[in-house]
Amino acid sequence: MRKDLLGIGDLSAEEIYLVLDTAEAMREIGQRPIKKVPTLRGRTVVNLFYEPSTRTRTSFEIAEKRLSADTLNIAVAASSVLKGETLADTARNIEAMAPDVIVLRHEASGAGHLLSRICRSRIINAGDGMHEHPTQALLDAFTIREHKKRIEGLKVVIVGDLLHSRVLRSNVLLLTKLGADVWICGPATLIPPGMAPLGVRVSTSVDEAVAGADVIMLLRIQHERMHGAFFPSVREYFNTFGMTAARVARARPDVIIMHPGPMNRGVEIASEVADGPYSVILEQVANGVSVRMSVLYLLAGGQDGD
Amino acid sequence: MPVVMDADRINRTLTRIAHEILERKGGVEDLALIGIRTRGVPIARRLAQTIQSIQHAEVPTGALDITLYRDDLMRHAVGPQPVIHRTEIPFSIDDKRILLVDDVLYTGRTVRAALDALIDFGRPKSIQLVVLVDRGHRELPIKADYVGRNVPTSSAQSVQVHLAEIDGRDEVEIQEP
Repeated sequence: MRKDLLGIGDLSAEEIYLVLDTAEAMREIGQRPIKKVPTLRGRTVVNLFYEPSTRTRTSFEIAEKRLSADTLNIAVAASSVLKGETLADTARNIEAMAPDVIVLRHEASGAGHLLSRICRSRIINAGDGMHEHPTQALLDAFTIREHKKRIEGLKVVIVGDLLHSRVLRSNVLLLTKLGADVWICGPATLIPPGMAPLGVRVSTSVDEAVAGADVIMLLRIQHERMHGAFFPSVREYFNTFGMTAARVARARPDVIIMHPGPMNRGVEIASEVADGPYSVILEQVANGVSVRMSVLYLLAGGQDGD
Repeated sequence: MPVVMDADRINRTLTRIAHEILERKGGVEDLALIGIRTRGVPIARRLAQTIQSIQHAEVPTGALDITLYRDDLMRHAVGPQPVIHRTEIPFSIDDKRILLVDDVLYTGRTVRAALDALIDFGRPKSIQLVVLVDRGHRELPIKADYVGRNVPTSSAQSVQVHLAEIDGRDEVEIQEP
């Protein structure tokens, strides 16, 4: 595989399937009495997180530990970044201590690409601004394939805050690459420009979008990234776009409901749906570990940076 | 390319090993067969079937992928990683008498990795090694307990085992460099 995982945009369908197939094998390790293999023994992985994250950081850390890597977490709130150091300088300083992999979460789109240019270490993008979150899309695809046995030809509907979502971008790129029929739906103010050329159907009617859906994926309303009035109120958003049992009933009877977390109950998803029998939200979390183990394993054999 | 075992010979050899196992083990109690992927798995299944037809008792069978335990995995900075397949051991190996099965015993490094992998699944009562072909050239202190055939080779040659389940035919041949 390649040196870094910066986005789904760089991957071929073949590489995506390799990650998913390897993740299948990795999952079995989590079911053993000793949940650890020696594969990355002696390798150092730095988790550099510039944004708060519980799920993704924990998931990466468990994946790294299951492969026997030495892990180091740098939480920026307690680091010299607050003393004015730039991302590039922080990266060079970490690099001087010779880690093998840097897992980066940053609020600026393209932060991973910057690191990729100045670092010899392999870079895994764990979310950069509003650009991409590749491991999330890979674990979503893994979960879909597990339930539906395929991805090609499925109707996948993504509803929510599309504008601020890196999860949306990675998922659209991945699902269209693998031949799914992808619909995106949300208020017109939250639909990013330039989506149609990516091969997706855009709709502002959630009832139309979910009709006959195989998969419904909900995205969180990201209040922290909203610096404007995108919709009148949370209550109105829920009434117009919130996923309720009545709306789910319009989809196929074997529909699965997904959410990358953290959920805002009563905003993008009703509690009855989040906890319903078709919800695979917690499976997504479990699968995240297997998929990240797969990515770490495959990248460790990639070409060196020089 | 000289054929050192044909289908008939492989069949008789595996039947002989199955009898040997029963004789030395004195029965199938606590016995389990674990094949090393790829070609150890069908050999383990065939041995289980033969034992079953002799003794009318089922022997649990599993498949072990040792890729993640290989000692040469991270030595090459360039090139794709080997593909990982699933390990399937659908029973507890605790206190079992495990027969580890592979097609060819060569340097012993695969078996070393397999032993490490097995220990992560529990604490078997014992582990013994069954191979269809022992071609020599050990690099580690490892020895098989049941050997189908000893085949003297030079280290430049390679030994190819073909099995019907995977390759469509049963045959062991030596390939010259």
